[in-house]
Amino acid sequence: MTPGQVHSLLRLETAALAVGRGDMPLAQAIDLSVPAGTGLLLRGPNGAGKSTLLLTLAGLLPPLSGSVVLQGHNEEEGPAFHHCGHRNAVRPRLTARETLGFWRTLNGNPAVPVDAALERVGLVRQARLDAAYLSAGQQRRLVLARLLVSARPVWLLDEPSSALDAEGQVLLGELVREHLGQGGMAVIASHDPIAVPGLPVLTLGAAR
Amino acid sequence: MSAFAAMLKRELRLSLRGGGEMLTLVLFFVIVGAVVPFAVGPDKALLSRIAPGVIWIAAFLAMLLGLEKLFGPDRDDGTLALYRLADLPLAAIVAAKVIAHWLTAALPLILASPALALLLAMDAETFWRTLLSLLLGTPALAGFGAIGAALTVATRRGGLLAPILIAPLSVPVLIFGVGAISPSGGADQAQVAALLLAALSLTVATLSPFAAALAIDWGED
Amino acid sequence: MATDAVQKMTFWNRLAHPGQFVQWTRPLVWPLAGLSLVLFLAGLYFAFFVSPAEKYMGDTVRIMYVHVPSAWLSQFVYATMAASALGTLIWRHPMADVSMKAAAPLGATFTAMALFTGALWGRPTWGTFWEWDGRMTSTLVLLFIYFGIIALWRAFDDQLRAARVVAVFTLVGAVNIPIIKFSVDWWSTLHQPASVFRADGPTMPPEILTPLFVMFFAFTLLFAVLQLVGMHTEVRRRRVTTLERRAARGESR
Repeated sequence: MTPGQVHSLLRLETAALAVGRGDMPLAQAIDLSVPAGTGLLLRGPNGAGKSTLLLTLAGLLPPLSGSVVLQGHNEEEGPAFHHCGHRNAVRPRLTARETLGFWRTLNGNPAVPVDAALERVGLVRQARLDAAYLSAGQQRRLVLARLLVSARPVWLLDEPSSALDAEGQVLLGELVREHLGQGGMAVIASHDPIAVPGLPVLTLGAAR
Repeated sequence: MSAFAAMLKRELRLSLRGGGEMLTLVLFFVIVGAVVPFAVGPDKALLSRIAPGVIWIAAFLAMLLGLEKLFGPDRDDGTLALYRLADLPLAAIVAAKVIAHWLTAALPLILASPALALLLAMDAETFWRTLLSLLLGTPALAGFGAIGAALTVATRRGGLLAPILIAPLSVPVLIFGVGAISPSGGADQAQVAALLLAALSLTVATLSPFAAALAIDWGED
Repeated sequence: MATDAVQKMTFWNRLAHPGQFVQWTRPLVWPLAGLSLVLFLAGLYFAFFVSPAEKYMGDTVRIMYVHVPSAWLSQFVYATMAASALGTLIWRHPMADVSMKAAAPLGATFTAMALFTGALWGRPTWGTFWEWDGRMTSTLVLLFIYFGIIALWRAFDDQLRAARVVAVFTLVGAVNIPIIKFSVDWWSTLHQPASVFRADGPTMPPEILTPLFVMFFAFTLLFAVLQLVGMHTEVRRRRVTTLERRAARGESR
């Protein structure tokens, strides 16, 4: 273990994984192997099954066949997956600070303190603002901050860069790089370029 | 702070800042009860006889009304998916929500029930019994409500479905709830009904979070 | 390789495969239907020509030969659904989903029939179509639960997800039905202590018991036939849906 490493050495693997909605397969025969400290960029046209694959990896959807294994993960360390989908899960009537504090407690494994996380994503001035008044991009930054406050080895990010400005895109790249540097893993579905050098790419087939 | 307490705090905060949702519910409860005299006539003897039933039905309807709020917003903004990945088991999250639901949708009704008791010409003794029976019985309604809301959360058009599903299940709650107030069988039967009601509430409130969590886990995506 | 897999299939695996299930059970449908028909004819003959009219109720007692089997089935079908729900939740058995879905409308129909014949019988004997008697009330609540289950099935587009959610509700209902029954009995004895009707009261003479048993088996077999046909239809419907979706995606398999 290098000094900067936070997570134990894990490896995310899938074997002959088929994912889909209902009994309708979208992507089949996926054999992934993502070792600790590396990421994976999912590409592919709309409807290719990128979001479905991420949901299946997170365990939110059952696989149609095949399996998802996180090698070396001890169940007692708590959930291993951060999933961030299209929807922000940011509720009006709670301030940005309250939202983050709540998720830090609920998700367990507290890492970065709330105020530090808000500072990291550039939301210090909005900390006490009702989340309903945050812009779409600011809400997205709050979602990124949620990844920081609880330590989980695997980040599953679905279109994380949507609504983010140029500065936000840079921030996203930095956060992912830091996470990988700590021995984490990231699977990212995106149409935008992600500012992480040397990120392997998996292109899911088109549905014609 | 434990995750369970955090969950409870969040739900209560959301309800208290909820822009008058709680007030609307209480108004609904009082108005449903107050409309009854217009329908059956202002005969005080008749009103005081049916008052326990009217209060229970008004409470039942008002609690059904609040169900959509239980999981609907969480589903719409993606929070429900994150709950399934939380460190706290989903059943515990649902349990916290049921407790918060009772505190914000049932307790205000109970506090408002004196108003209805007055309008429906209830005597003091019956009123105290009504208060007790509402306190004992509404947790069961909240538990059944959570099951109904969880079953329909994945359908995205469950607005009216949840009440249809849980109304038949709630029949024993109404029977024992009203039975604990005005028993035709005498005072000892009222006590029996109150005990049965308490047993029912304890069982439902304990088991419903598990059933609801199961329904959410398998229905949502 | 493929033949190898087929040989290794156990009895349950075979049943679990929808196509296999249809192939296995289709030959059963017509013999069962025939047997049910024979029993119906025999039962109705006994009911109308052999069994005597009752002393107080007269000829109306013959409604019993339809009413009692329907009432029995209203509960038996729910038990079938609850068992299937366990199959869905515990073993993820695909045919359990199909069985649950096919049984719901049948159960609702038998329950409605029990209520309808009960009302027809109640008019001449009690002088009213509807009495808030313990049995009739809990049957009515059961009918509402069946309706709820059917509505829940229809609310979902994805039938696989629907099956699991409906299974949860079916089991919650199964746990609740005895409680409902108990509460309704408590409530109805409280409000009308004089019980009007007790089927388990006097022992029945064999002339009445024989046709009742025959009708009992005739109805149960009828349910078995309808259930099988319903399951076959549901399997086909799902296959059609899958093919349509594949066609929409432009696949040719």
